[in-house]
Amino acid sequence: MAVSVEHLDFRYPGSEDVLLSGLNLAIAKGESFGLFGPNGAGKTTLMNLMTGVLKPSAGEISLLGHKMGGSGKKVNRLFGFVPQDFSFYRELSAVENLEFYGAWAGLDSKRTKKRTAELLSILGLEDVKDKEVGKFSGGMKRRINLAIGVIHNPSILFLDEPTVGVDVQTRHAIISYLKELNDNGTTLIYTSHQLSEAETLCRQMALIDSGKIIAEGTLEELSKKYKKKSLEELFISLTGKEFRD
Amino acid sequence: MYKLWVTIKKDCKILLRDRTGILLMFVMPIILVVVVTSIQNSTFQLIGKSKLPLLVCNKDTGQASLQLIGAINRVGLLKVSPLPKNESPEDIKQAMKDKDAQLAIMIPADFSEREGAKAQNSANKSLKSFGLQPDSTRHKAFLPEPPFTLYFSPILQESLRFSVQSGLTSALQLVEGRETLRKLYYAINEKQLPPDLENEMLNTQSAIGMVSVSKTGGLGLPNTTQHNVPAWTIFAMFFIIMSLSASVVREKTSGSFIRLKTLPTNYNVGMVSKQITYLGVTLLQALVIFSMGIYLFPLIGLPGLNLPSDLTALVIATVITGWCAVSYAIMVGVFATTQVQGNGFGAVSIVILSVMGGLMVPSFAMQGGLRTVSNLSPLHWSLQAYYDLFLLGGKLSDVFVNLIPLFIITLVFQLVIFLQLKRKNLI
Repeated sequence: MAVSVEHLDFRYPGSEDVLLSGLNLAIAKGESFGLFGPNGAGKTTLMNLMTGVLKPSAGEISLLGHKMGGSGKKVNRLFGFVPQDFSFYRELSAVENLEFYGAWAGLDSKRTKKRTAELLSILGLEDVKDKEVGKFSGGMKRRINLAIGVIHNPSILFLDEPTVGVDVQTRHAIISYLKELNDNGTTLIYTSHQLSEAETLCRQMALIDSGKIIAEGTLEELSKKYKKKSLEELFISLTGKEFRD
Repeated sequence: MYKLWVTIKKDCKILLRDRTGILLMFVMPIILVVVVTSIQNSTFQLIGKSKLPLLVCNKDTGQASLQLIGAINRVGLLKVSPLPKNESPEDIKQAMKDKDAQLAIMIPADFSEREGAKAQNSANKSLKSFGLQPDSTRHKAFLPEPPFTLYFSPILQESLRFSVQSGLTSALQLVEGRETLRKLYYAINEKQLPPDLENEMLNTQSAIGMVSVSKTGGLGLPNTTQHNVPAWTIFAMFFIIMSLSASVVREKTSGSFIRLKTLPTNYNVGMVSKQITYLGVTLLQALVIFSMGIYLFPLIGLPGLNLPSDLTALVIATVITGWCAVSYAIMVGVFATTQVQGNGFGAVSIVILSVMGGLMVPSFAMQGGLRTVSNLSPLHWSLQAYYDLFLLGGKLSDVFVNLIPLFIITLVFQLVIFLQLKRKNLI
C-alpha cells in the first residue's frame, strides 16, 4: 500500500468539533487517487494529516509501510506535497527556491542542479528562472509550486488543488505532467473542485463529507452504483446542492 | 552541513532583498547614534563652553545688586540680559516667552539694603564672638524672605536647573561674604577694606583637580562618544528584533512553512541558519557604528571613538551581545502569531529593556528594587561590559563578571525557543 489510513479521528486541540471521525482509507502503490468533497468536508485536513502537517487525535497513518509521526523524519523522504497555498519564498527566484527546497528534501548540490534544470524545462519556466517568484503570474506560481513538490522524485505525491486559478494552457501542462509522473510509478493523491479534470486524471476516487468517506471506487463503479453519468452528477446527488461555507 | 549552508544563503538573500529591513537595521541606528551623540555633546558644550541666557530685572539701585550681577557673570554658566527696572512678574514671564529664555531673576528694590543689614548682623555676631563691641546703630528690621526670585521654564531639565540654582547661590554667597567682610574690617579698623586685600580674600579661584579613575590608570577624560557609541550600538543590535522576529513570523505563517514541515529536514536547521545570519548582521552593525565613531565623528565635530585596548574582549562581548539579541528576537518571533504582534511587542520591549538596562537612565542612579530589576535586562550586562572596556580600560578578565550573566540569559532564551518549537511540534 502507498497510503494506509486507519480509524483516523481529528479535532483541533481544545476544540469540541470533530473534523474527521473513524476514517479508513487504503491507496495502492502507483494509483492516481482523487479525493473530492464540498468546501469544509475535510479534504485539506486529511491531506495535512497524511503529510504530517497535522497530528491525528486518534488512529494511524502509514506511507509505504512507514508509520507517520514516528521518530525522525525519514518517512518524509518518501512523499512530496503541493499545498493549495503557494509554498515558496516570494523574494527568491525559481532557481533559488528549488535549490533551497532540494537541499531540505535531502538532495545534494549536484542532484538539485540537475533536477532544477529538468523541472524548469518541463514546466516552461526556463526563461524566468532568475526572476523573483513573487513577480510571477498566477500560472507560473502554480508551476513552481508543483516543481518544488517533486524536486526529490517522491514515490507519493500529495496535491491539494494544484490547478486552482490557472488558465487552460497551464492546467493542461500540469495535468499532462502529473499523468507522466503517474505513468512512471508515482502515486498521486489529489484533491480538486475541477471534477472534469479529475475524471481524466484519477482512476480511484473517494467522496468525503462531514469528515467521513461516503463513497469510494473507480468512476465506473461509482457511476454504476449510483446510476450517474458524470462525477459532477454523482457529487451533487451524494452531497446535495446546499452551500457549505 | 550542505543544508545549513543553503539555508544561510537563502536567509542572506531574503535579508538583502528587504530594503526596509536593511534600513531599519543599519541606517536608523547610525542616525540614532549621530543624533544622540551630537545632542548630548552640544548639551555638554552648553554647560562647559556656551552660556544659558538669564534675563535680569534689577529694581535695586544699590551696589550689592550690581555686585551680584557681576558675580553671576563670573560663575560662567549664565549670560545676563538686562530687563527694564519697572517690569512686573507678569512682564518678566512674558519676556521669557518672547525672548525664548528659560531663566529670569527679579532683584527687589531693597536688595542692597537687605544684604547690608544681613551683613551687619553677621558682622556683629562675629565681633561679639571675638569679644569686641558690635555696631550699636539700629538698623531696619527685615522679614526673612528670599533675596531674589528665580523664574524658570518647566522645559528646563531638573539637573540643569539645579546647576543654575547652585551657580546663583554661589554668586549670592560671594556678595554676602564681601559685604560681611567689609563691615567687619570697618568695625575693627575704622577704615574701608583695601580693594587688593578684598580681592585676595574673596577671589581665591582655586581650581579643583580632576582625575579619571580607570582600570589602566590612564588619565583620559570620558566624552559623549565613549558613552553613547557603545550604548546605542547595543540598542541597534537588539533592534534587529524588528526584522528577525518578523522573518520568523512570516515564515511561520506563510505557505512555505507548511512545506518545510513536510520535508525530511528538522526545522532546527532553519533556526540555526537564522541565528548565524543575524549574528553576522549584529556584528556588522557593531563594526559599522564603531567605524563611524572612529572615522566619521571627528569629521563632523564630535569627539572620536577610542577603541578599548583589549580588542579580543571587545569581540567576545560583541559576539555574546549579538547572540543574545538574536535569541531574544527569535523567541519573540516563535511566540508571536502575526508580524504586527512581533514588531509591536518587540519594539516596545527593547525600549523597556533599554531603560531597565541603563541605556537611557544610568543604572547607578536607580534606587533599591529598580537596580535589581535592571539586572534582568540583558542590555544592562552588555552595557556594563562595554563601559568596562570603553571607559574603564578593562580587560577580558574584568568583563567576565558581566558576560557570564549575559550568556546565561541567552541560554534561557534558547531554551524557551526550543520548548516552544517542541510544543508546537515544529522540531
